[in-house]
Amino acid sequence: MIDETLMNFEERSAYKLRSLYKKYGYLPYEMGKFEEYELYIRNKDFLVSDRVITFNDTNGKLMALKPDVTLSIIKNGEDTKGVKQKVFYNENVYRVSESTHRFKEIMQTGLECIGDIDIYDIYEVISLAAESLSNLSNNFCIEISNLDLVSSVIKSVCEDPQFVSKVIYCISEKNTHDLKRVCEEYSVNDADYTKISSLISVYGERKNVISKLNEIFTLPELERMAILSEMLENSLFSDKIRFDFSVVNDMNYYNGFVYRGFVDGVCCGVLAGGQYDNMMKKMNRTSGAVGFAIYLDRIEDLYRENDKFDVDYLLLYDEHTDLVKISSQVSKLIASGLSVSAQKSVPEKLRYKNIIDLRKKD
Amino acid sequence: MLNIALPKGRLGEKVYSMFEKAGYECPSIKETNRKLIFENQNKGIRYFWVKPSDVSIYVERGAADIGVAGKDILLEYSPNVYELLDLDMGKCKMCVAAKKEFRDEYVKVLKVATKFTKIASDYYSKIGRDIDIIKLNGSIELAPILGLSDVIVDIVETGSTLKENNLEVKTTILPISARLISNKASFKFKGEEIEKIVSAMKEQVENND
Repeated sequence: MIDETLMNFEERSAYKLRSLYKKYGYLPYEMGKFEEYELYIRNKDFLVSDRVITFNDTNGKLMALKPDVTLSIIKNGEDTKGVKQKVFYNENVYRVSESTHRFKEIMQTGLECIGDIDIYDIYEVISLAAESLSNLSNNFCIEISNLDLVSSVIKSVCEDPQFVSKVIYCISEKNTHDLKRVCEEYSVNDADYTKISSLISVYGERKNVISKLNEIFTLPELERMAILSEMLENSLFSDKIRFDFSVVNDMNYYNGFVYRGFVDGVCCGVLAGGQYDNMMKKMNRTSGAVGFAIYLDRIEDLYRENDKFDVDYLLLYDEHTDLVKISSQVSKLIASGLSVSAQKSVPEKLRYKNIIDLRKKD
Repeated sequence: MLNIALPKGRLGEKVYSMFEKAGYECPSIKETNRKLIFENQNKGIRYFWVKPSDVSIYVERGAADIGVAGKDILLEYSPNVYELLDLDMGKCKMCVAAKKEFRDEYVKVLKVATKFTKIASDYYSKIGRDIDIIKLNGSIELAPILGLSDVIVDIVETGSTLKENNLEVKTTILPISARLISNKASFKFKGEEIEKIVSAMKEQVENND
């Protein structure tokens, strides 16, 4: 039996998630810490930060400390029709921290389903994303968008790439006032403005979103959303999974369903993922892919156990204390399930609940 | 409880009266004392004043659920927040200004003095003009007068400071106004309260029109 109380937050989370993913047939994916730098330079926009720690290997090849896991999984994965590779990972990656702007070792956990994927796989991955967050917090939500739908709606109004990118930016900010200005700038009529702005104003409960959007436009992507939504009704955390088009990922890499996970008390998204068939194409793969990553470092603050003690007992002794007495006291405490630190003086940083002083008093 | 970051200064006071009229009053905010945080438990709100350029940081990092920041700050720092409403106040323009006699001949790199380096770089890169950015933190208008720069990129409200110093607006880059912003995670978990405030504030904006 594993005593989870002995684990720190990252270890405990990784342990829980590992057993969850294994239940669904995802296999652990382990890899080395280095990768050829070329892989990242070719796909730098896919990375959270394009800055990478590099070094020359003994053969002169430029190598990098991995800033990302997904690219390595795609690179090493199979690309055969009808084959699906389901893996999860729990690896350290090396990135520039958003807060300190310096390199940081970050534990990243996630899973990828690569190959001949279909809507069932997307459903499974999103359900697992929700279940993963349920292991980390009671109050969480997953918000799903569909990039193909967003792109179809915008392009049906105007295909100018600048217009598309400006509108997507407004949608990501839920910014209707600047959207209005952009539409005016491109002489978009009121009916089309209403159509686009519905991608900002309509969000939340899935069925409600589908029915509202069905009143505004008919698109095949909406049907896919309805199918996914119905499948998610069977998910354990169906009520925590909503639609929101402000979730926007880079369309050069992502397509179809993309999602973000939030946990109450953490100021930013803690889970991000989606379909990345476009990335697969860029890497000359013919199959599709869907996955997510969880940023455990962002959740860690919620679980800082400031009030916790390091040990139950601090046992103090000196050179005059009977050695048998010390060892028997320690054994007795350990046997009764308590922790103890035997010391000659009180350590400055040790947090203890009780103290036993066996030092000889003069 | 909803935490609201207000920008210190004249704009902040105007914004607070808008919140007050929208039904989110907090009388203690008007008392003269050294308190930093003002709370109205019945309304479920807590206000605090911060430096205008810091509002977006408080909101992005979740210390404030919502806040009011100028579009200039939002464009300069690109915080990862929702921009829910244009409050249509604190209106001014981000402009390129220079000495009246200055003409850009496009023969050398243009020296641009500004507090808003990102906005200036974005603007000049869009028009394909090579520039040398000089980052200043105040009294930007001095730069072209003393020959430190050819032009400045700065906020112009009435234009009187420019006029008094023999400077003039050469180009308007974009209009600026105060925006109501929200932390993305707060919007997920306190969405109902935030939406109520947004809609009450929207009414205020429409009434002011």
